[in-house]
Amino acid sequence: MLARELSAIENGEMRVEQFAGDIIAITGPPGVGKSCIVDAILHRLVPEKRVAVLAVDPTSPLSGGALLGDRIRLSVLDDKTKSESIYVRSVATRSSSGSIPSIIRDLAHHLLANTFDLVIIETVGAGQSEMRCAAIANRIVVVEGPARGDGIQAEKAGLLELADLIVVNKSDLDGSDRVVNDLTVSLGLTNDAPPIIKTSIITGDGLDELSQTITNLKERNSSKRARCRQQLLMAHENILTSNPHFETILDRMSEEGLALQDALREINERPS
Amino acid sequence: MGFVSISTPQALHRRYYTQPNMGGRQRIVIAKPGLDGHDRGAKVVARALRDGGHEVIYTGLRRTPEQIVRTVMDEDARFVGLSSLSGAHSHLFPKICNLLKESGLNDVVVFGGGIIPESDRPPLYSAGVRAIFGPGTPSTEILDFVNEASSKDCGVGSDTSWYWGE
Repeated sequence: MLARELSAIENGEMRVEQFAGDIIAITGPPGVGKSCIVDAILHRLVPEKRVAVLAVDPTSPLSGGALLGDRIRLSVLDDKTKSESIYVRSVATRSSSGSIPSIIRDLAHHLLANTFDLVIIETVGAGQSEMRCAAIANRIVVVEGPARGDGIQAEKAGLLELADLIVVNKSDLDGSDRVVNDLTVSLGLTNDAPPIIKTSIITGDGLDELSQTITNLKERNSSKRARCRQQLLMAHENILTSNPHFETILDRMSEEGLALQDALREINERPS
Repeated sequence: MGFVSISTPQALHRRYYTQPNMGGRQRIVIAKPGLDGHDRGAKVVARALRDGGHEVIYTGLRRTPEQIVRTVMDEDARFVGLSSLSGAHSHLFPKICNLLKESGLNDVVVFGGGIIPESDRPPLYSAGVRAIFGPGTPSTEILDFVNEASSKDCGVGSDTSWYWGE
């Protein structure tokens, strides 16, 4: 059963071959409407395409538990003609840093190998510099919303530079035109600026255009090197967190006052 | 589910997550079946399980038995907690238990909570529900149940007649 296989992958009990296919990451700040955007895309692409969604929410750094609530927004699952062509899985970040856990790569490739045409990864609500999704997805959609700061925010470096498509959601609210304007001006200074689409879940504005654009997105040349860089960083972090002594060393740092330098040395001396 | 008292996350963390032989991290669906808008109890239980180190998938309000079973299957959850304060538990809980068995999810552990009168409970236990938590249950008791049930063969399709607090 597919769901059990994904658990085995998540728990490190099963290895996965690479499988070519479309993996799209939807990222953006918390509460901007990522889950609703995913729902709107699914309504339009399914059942012509078989789509899997990996919805990521954060793991508590205190308890190791997680509350996974992205599924609630997916009204498309209530449509019987469509829900058969959709698979939705909630994933916790577990020990990974950043907005998506590294294991997502294997989960996505396994889903593609199981006859899904497209895998959508919905990241944890992420801010300006969280670019880990670039390591896994071949297209990145950044969702923004109105009233998220002045024009200088759009000028700042970071995640926006890696976007293959920018969605300004909540266009029914005041201020969304100004956000589109700020972003257009800022990105207009680069050679291959990504398209910007204004959407509203409430009015339905822009959603058809979004789902058409998303299936024909082209990879921007300028972000290729940044993608490779994120892949390398993620692989390196994996080596660190999969070290069997990682948790015990963490305990000794917090409880016995083990110094950072000594902790690093121990991890290097006791590789997995 | 009913009203439960919450311990601090740190206290639960110490007690449950850092001790290795306590059953480990489980994936748990917390569901609100039927026409019932009272979700404070379900949210408190979801939060207590989260703070106990488990991964909790909350379904949201007014789900059908079919939607709940589909969620349990897709998410590969080992536990499903059903919360009902509408009085329809005697219809909804056994229906969900049967659908789980029909879908081959015999190893999923079902527990329930909310306003469930004592006299309604025996048929629910026979249907495969392994625990019922009423108002006033301490959240640590629910975590104790999850830990104990994790190491038992007490899925909804199991032959056991065991239930929590028998």
